[in-house]
Amino acid sequence: MLDTLSMYLQFPFVQYALIVGVLIALCSSLLGVTLVLKRFSFIGDGLSHVAFGAMAIAGVLHINNEMIFVLPATILCAILLLRTGKHAKTQGDAAIAMLSVGALAIGYMLLNLFSTSSNISGDVCSSLFGSTSILTLNTLEVWLSVGLSVAVVAIFLLFYNKIFAVTFDEDFARASGTQVEAYNLLIAIVIAVIIVLAMNLVGSLLISALIIFPAMSAMRVFRSFKSVTLFSAVLSVVCSVLGILISILGSTPVGSTIVAVDLVGFLICCLISFIRSRASA
Amino acid sequence: MAQLTCSHLSLGYEGQAILKDLNFTVHAGDYLCIVGENGSGKSTLMKTILGLQKPISGSITFGDGLRPGEVGYLPQQTIVQRDFPATVQEIVLSGCQARMGRRPFYSAEEKALAASNMDRMGITPFARKCYRNLSGGQQQRVLLARALCATQRLLLLDEPVSGLDPQVTAEMYALIQELNQKEGVTILMISHDIVAAVRYATHILHVNRAPFFGTVEEYRRSPLFLSFAATEGSDQHA
Repeated sequence: MLDTLSMYLQFPFVQYALIVGVLIALCSSLLGVTLVLKRFSFIGDGLSHVAFGAMAIAGVLHINNEMIFVLPATILCAILLLRTGKHAKTQGDAAIAMLSVGALAIGYMLLNLFSTSSNISGDVCSSLFGSTSILTLNTLEVWLSVGLSVAVVAIFLLFYNKIFAVTFDEDFARASGTQVEAYNLLIAIVIAVIIVLAMNLVGSLLISALIIFPAMSAMRVFRSFKSVTLFSAVLSVVCSVLGILISILGSTPVGSTIVAVDLVGFLICCLISFIRSRASA
Repeated sequence: MAQLTCSHLSLGYEGQAILKDLNFTVHAGDYLCIVGENGSGKSTLMKTILGLQKPISGSITFGDGLRPGEVGYLPQQTIVQRDFPATVQEIVLSGCQARMGRRPFYSAEEKALAASNMDRMGITPFARKCYRNLSGGQQQRVLLARALCATQRLLLLDEPVSGLDPQVTAEMYALIQELNQKEGVTILMISHDIVAAVRYATHILHVNRAPFFGTVEEYRRSPLFLSFAATEGSDQHA
């Protein structure tokens, strides 16, 4: 088995997949904690569908590098979603559901009507579940992913204390003069970037898992914001690498394998927290 | 000069005034309790003072060298905070954010300030414990320490004893009184406990259709307090 693995690792496309996979896993886990705690998980979910719709439009318009179109479109919708989530007192979540399901439906319709490909359901399946796109990255996409990931990590480190303050207590932060709206916007934009990146890895339907699972797992086991953030980053990277390797060896779909490994990680964390509470009781 | 002056203040939501023509001043070292029925606009008033929402009309002026935003705020707990994974130290430190400005990381001085405020509140032993595992009284001490990191001069407390048992409530009141009397911290507190308000405060603001503002002695003679005393029975506030 190790021989097969080392043979596969010789291929550049496998190396690219691993590099990009690690970076995406790292980025997506960083803001997961904030997203879960701020009850922003719905934005992640809504945006992933929007990104799918944007990708379909990019395909129809014959834009070669889809990211150039998908990224700004998703960022725009992130800003929009954040505003509806804030201001609509009632039916805010319904509006988000409408936007995301609408994007999904339009995206699929466009692909069907205008697609030049002979295998539409294959295309749709791969953008929803990311079945192969991670293994077909070209060098430009790899570098774009690397650049965006570095930017996400840098922004997170630089604003770590502010993000903590805004997540824990918006009112207090606002009262002490912190530009809460600006940071919420920053968080939404970074999430949009992460989602567009992560579409390559797990596809648009499974992105939420990549963002939420590591955070939820870490919150079961750790007690400080810093350790939760660090552990969710490590766990996410480990799960993704394991997932990619398993999928290569077992010829399983990459995205769903990664999510399955994330799920196992979550169950292990639940078990640890259960045993610990039994021991202290 | 007063630290805080509110004149002809009307406030509410979306143009609908819930409080009209409020006039009061707060001087350094005052202990002002804001009392009133549920829904009378106490929390809205506090949010307006904090700049979280705009007044419909009237003005709020900070004086005595107090900058807007130089207030320590102790909000009511939110659902988010109840299961938040953060240590006491992380939360207290976050009170320093107004001092940081655009600087991204805490300085040694700010860490020392957080440590000394944890000491004052008697929560140093829990510094590395998780906030969600503390008792209600301990959590309030954490939030008070955080507010003290923001300023030593003016604290705004939104029902700091709600949900606490009687003994912890008494401890909390004693702690706030100590801050006010020994360290000269100005206190603005929302409370629905009128008995405690007249016992600890120096001034009372009773928000109502016809708001009352004055010293505790004046309040004790006011029709608002007398009608309250008549309905509550005389044994509670001898």
